[in-house]
Amino acid sequence: MTPPTQTLKQRPGADGPRGSGPLNTQDQALHTRTLPRFAPLGLLAAATAVSVGISLALGWNRAAMVVVAAILYLVAINLVSRSVENGRRATDRTVTGLVTIAFLIALLPLTTLLYTVLSNGLGALSGEFFSASMRNIIGEGGGIYHAIWGTLIVTGLATLMSVPIGVFTAIYLVEYGKGALARWITFLVDVMTGIPSIVAGLFAYALFVLFLGPGVRSGFGGAVALSVLMVPVVVRATEEMLKLVPNELREASYALGVPRWRTIVKVVLRTASAGIATGVTLAVARVIGETAPLLVIAGSTDSVNFNPFDGRMATLPVFTFYAYSEPGVPAEFSVERAWGAALVLILIVLVLNLIARLISRAYSPKTGR
Amino acid sequence: MAKSIDVTDLDIYYGDFKAVEDVNVTIPAKQVTAFIGPSGCGKSTFLRALNRMHEVIPGAYVDGKVLVDGQDLYAVEVDPVAVRRQVGMVFQRPNPFPTMSIYENVIAGMRLNNKKMKKSEADDVVESALRAADLWGEVNERLARPGSGLSGGQQQRLCIARAIAVQPQVLLMDEPCSALDPISTSAIEDLIHELKANYTIVIVTHNMQQAARVSDDTAFFNLVGTGKPGRLIEFGETRKIFSNPDEKATEDYISGRFG
Repeated sequence: MTPPTQTLKQRPGADGPRGSGPLNTQDQALHTRTLPRFAPLGLLAAATAVSVGISLALGWNRAAMVVVAAILYLVAINLVSRSVENGRRATDRTVTGLVTIAFLIALLPLTTLLYTVLSNGLGALSGEFFSASMRNIIGEGGGIYHAIWGTLIVTGLATLMSVPIGVFTAIYLVEYGKGALARWITFLVDVMTGIPSIVAGLFAYALFVLFLGPGVRSGFGGAVALSVLMVPVVVRATEEMLKLVPNELREASYALGVPRWRTIVKVVLRTASAGIATGVTLAVARVIGETAPLLVIAGSTDSVNFNPFDGRMATLPVFTFYAYSEPGVPAEFSVERAWGAALVLILIVLVLNLIARLISRAYSPKTGR
Repeated sequence: MAKSIDVTDLDIYYGDFKAVEDVNVTIPAKQVTAFIGPSGCGKSTFLRALNRMHEVIPGAYVDGKVLVDGQDLYAVEVDPVAVRRQVGMVFQRPNPFPTMSIYENVIAGMRLNNKKMKKSEADDVVESALRAADLWGEVNERLARPGSGLSGGQQQRLCIARAIAVQPQVLLMDEPCSALDPISTSAIEDLIHELKANYTIVIVTHNMQQAARVSDDTAFFNLVGTGKPGRLIEFGETRKIFSNPDEKATEDYISGRFG
């Protein structure tokens, strides 16, 4: 809880102006009285103690206790700093406190979510959970083998379709696009970013019904739906990265007699590759947890299906949804599998992020001597 | 292999704006020619027109003739990419490729064009280009390190090595020393002296002493007025331009009585 700026501003000992003997006014102006280093922590402890006391006396719950402690701390640090130091320091300390509180509030849902999923899902993980499908399983046992493969196949196909389209669109916009066509593409990409995921699912369903008749379900359809969501994210991320490549590098390449397309492939894309890899991973992470479109077009099944062009294909989000909403009797085994599948989904996203980090480290422009 | 450049009636436009007007000049082979003049007078624009680099800027085009060894750079069937392989360029700010090592930067001209070469051949090209750019002794121990790790002056010499590794006939330099300290500047000026044995060199500079030190001929560009195109005011031997110019404007600019 210690505000981070504090170590920079304070020196131990709050004796006020140091040094003895005659000081000229200019020298004095450089020294101000500062609170000791432990002051914020001490005040925080005091505010917490007061808040606990009040809450116990009035019977408030823990949430109210935390809120009151935070408010008391902000008021106290402001008043104490104002009386000992000066107005600017007081504002600095108060805002530091506010920013820290905002950070903790932002962290709260993330940590509780991770905690909930871990505590509910860890128990479900076992050898069987990763190696078995749900075929012929009622009650205990079974696993998510089929759903893991389904998610990897559907998301993989979606990535294979979206990355070329997205990267080429971004190259067109940054390197070639001028005038009305580029403006329209930018506008449409913006509109696409806002498409609700269920609409993407319905679009893919309607598209495949045209060719294969009503009631069609396939993993490939799911991949099409996901790439509708993924393309605009990839375009945007790549566009920003390409814009960051300095023009001087393009000119340097042209001046060596390198044609434009080679310059784009070998200099511009190469320089931006770390950022593009990160953007693509974030786009994958964005769609891998999509449930609604897959519910519509990929459907759900208990069996392993490796063929994305034929029949229903289970995926982790859809599996989680059905396992939780229609658990059957007895419910507890299915609910536990739902949490386990959710945990595995989070782990997959985590691994993807790690891979993106490694790629970005390997490809980023080198510095150092 | 160095060639002379003949420019006739050259006008350069950015869209509707005429940036440079009516330039007629012959830049001799295996000599150093300096372009001087106030900012915005079209020196750099004119320099870029000599290897069609101005075409990178949308809307830029020229009207007139630029002959390198009798071949018109702006003839219909001429490929700008081929032009730039003959006429190399060094820029104001050092711009080594950040994703490449020192070695890869030097042979970037070949590598980026997918030219097949043996390892020993590539080694030779790198060594001779770095030696010609007077950088070999400083970097031969660390060719695999990134080019962006070098100092500004070393980076600029690396860029010169990269430009001469593709063996152009003409080397254009757009204020190559303006971002460098005096010691690096002097290293590059010495280098220019050595390079002129093999290359035709054109250098844009704001530094009058530099122009006087390195060049054999000097061209003075000036603006006729604000919003009007830049013009070539006077061209001649550097010694004459700096001691006894024909034009009053040249004398004013060189002696600092300009504007």
